Amino acid sequence: MLAEIGLQQIIIVLVYLLVVIYLGILGYTRTKSASDYLVAGRQIHPFVMALSYGATFISTSAIVGFGGVAGLFGMSVLWLTFLNIFVGIFIAFVFFAPRARRMGHGLDAHTFPEFLARRFQSRFIQVFSGIIIFLFIPLYAAAVLIGGSVFVASQFEIPYTVALLVFSIIIAAYVIIGGLKGVMYSDALQGSIMFVGMLLLLIFTYVKIGGLTEAHEKLTSLAPLVPGKLQAIGHRGWTAMPDFGWGDTKYNLWWIVISTITLGVGIGVLAQPQLVVRFMTVKSRRELNRAVIVGGIFILIMTGVAFTVGALANAYFAENGPALSGRVVKVIDAEKNLAVLQIMKSGEAGTWEDVPEKMAPVKLFGDPIGRTEAGGQTAEIRQGRSIAIVYAGGSADEIIPMYIKDAMPNWFGLLFLLTLLSAAMSTLSSQFHTVGTSIGRDVYEQVTGQHGASTNITRIGIVIGIIYAVVISYYARESTFIARATAIFFGLCASAFLPAFIGALYFRRMTRAAAIWSMLIGFVVTTFWLVFVKAAEAQTIGLVQKVTGGKTSILSGKPNWDVVDPILIALPISIVTAIVVSFFTKPPSKEHLDACFQGA
Amino acid sequence: MLGIEDKGVLLVYLLCIGSSALCVLYGIIARNRGDEPIKPEDVKWVTEEEKADKEL
Repeated sequence: MLAEIGLQQIIIVLVYLLVVIYLGILGYTRTKSASDYLVAGRQIHPFVMALSYGATFISTSAIVGFGGVAGLFGMSVLWLTFLNIFVGIFIAFVFFAPRARRMGHGLDAHTFPEFLARRFQSRFIQVFSGIIIFLFIPLYAAAVLIGGSVFVASQFEIPYTVALLVFSIIIAAYVIIGGLKGVMYSDALQGSIMFVGMLLLLIFTYVKIGGLTEAHEKLTSLAPLVPGKLQAIGHRGWTAMPDFGWGDTKYNLWWIVISTITLGVGIGVLAQPQLVVRFMTVKSRRELNRAVIVGGIFILIMTGVAFTVGALANAYFAENGPALSGRVVKVIDAEKNLAVLQIMKSGEAGTWEDVPEKMAPVKLFGDPIGRTEAGGQTAEIRQGRSIAIVYAGGSADEIIPMYIKDAMPNWFGLLFLLTLLSAAMSTLSSQFHTVGTSIGRDVYEQVTGQHGASTNITRIGIVIGIIYAVVISYYARESTFIARATAIFFGLCASAFLPAFIGALYFRRMTRAAAIWSMLIGFVVTTFWLVFVKAAEAQTIGLVQKVTGGKTSILSGKPNWDVVDPILIALPISIVTAIVVSFFTKPPSKEHLDACFQGA
Repeated sequence: MLGIEDKGVLLVYLLCIGSSALCVLYGIIARNRGDEPIKPEDVKWVTEEEKADKEL
């Protein structure tokens, strides 16, 4: 409980927070004027910029949430890491960032909605985008908050609600005191801590399980322990891709991993409002080119490690996890000692009793430790160790925290806490800043026409955003909520904003009407798909069950439609809409386009 | 190879490292390309950004 938290740990966290705030204040006071900033911009090392971008990009959602998903589904989730690096860093920095920066400065745009609105000369675009961002970023922020809170709860053995409260207070204080915009140097410090923490986690994990090749081999050998429910949807082991095909529920997992996890999040990063604005803060294309080096390595060490370690946690627990006792109800592989145990507990009188509805696939070890009578027959009590999701109590979000607590030394738990605090603070400060400006600058100023008078509204927006995110974090406690909430936000950004953003940067012929219609269609199709088709979300929302009398999707019974992510439907429709409408509507004036593309 | 039999997972394991290496290689080759002079719109952009930050 709380009393068990050492003074030493509290002091280290406090010192860390003070250093981060000090760096923020230092950066703020040293920047005296715009010209100073630009001169200083020459001196800001691309290393610092890239770490700052990476720390904003990667959050506890990626490390805890998606790491946990890898613990459940396996290393196939690494396809997301590949897109994180190739799309989120290489494509973003080399192709999108230089144009976004030049065009953003030319249009004097300071928010993502403002950028699109000025490029397409549409106030509607700014207000509409601002509202979407204001409504949906808190969902992503909640995923980040939950990621941090489940770790704090696990590490200090305190209730989740207490951990959420403490974590939220720390984050809110940081955001309000001065880390709002994520000052480059404090972000960079946070990025460095994240880098060291994750690198050590990777090394420890491989060493603990016996080395790189051996660890993978051990994980491969556990494939028969995949729970029946996951096998039924195509899980073939933690080092294998799920079964691929169409028209049968046994292909569901492939579509979940590839459409929702990989494409939904991997592509959506290109149209993340809080990241696009970061491109505008660098001095020139040269800094972006240099930042690619650090960015590429940083993301590999973040999500690459989280997903690999998440999957390898199964190999660790199967060898070193707490022993589970019970009677064998099914032999999976006698040679490898793999079986399904009905978990039992020893009563006061020395008798063994079933723990209701608790079975686990295990790797058996040792000799029988007792006997029990079951169904008129005598059965041996055996001991075994199971896979990560069993120890995490069925919640994928708990796998990484459980693994750190069980497998790593205590001091590493503290370092990892700082790693997660860093990951959460750098991302959340940027998210809440974006929430505030979306409602202040993008909605309020545009609707009232009072330009430059939205500071108070922005502040109120930030406070509402924080409260909204904390409330979601309090209620949303389903197994893979972190990954799902993140995927919803990233997918929505891709479908609603990406065609307009790419059109803004690369296609002079794209018209205002095309941008508006592509955004509207992208948003509407995504929402429709989430509410009525994609079973996991539709079931949570509940509307489709009322309309259809109990079904979880209007396409229930037509596999694999109900697991396909909206991005696969909404993004192509949004792209086609942008192209078709552009051909049938009046192009922007040459003067405006020349001004937009000047130097781009 | 590397203890991973499945070609899809082995491919992505290597692609992750490869794409990271691509970033490093590109960054080294292009490290001195793309320096740009400061333009009036850059100064204007930064000025307004700072003003909004200070007000907040």
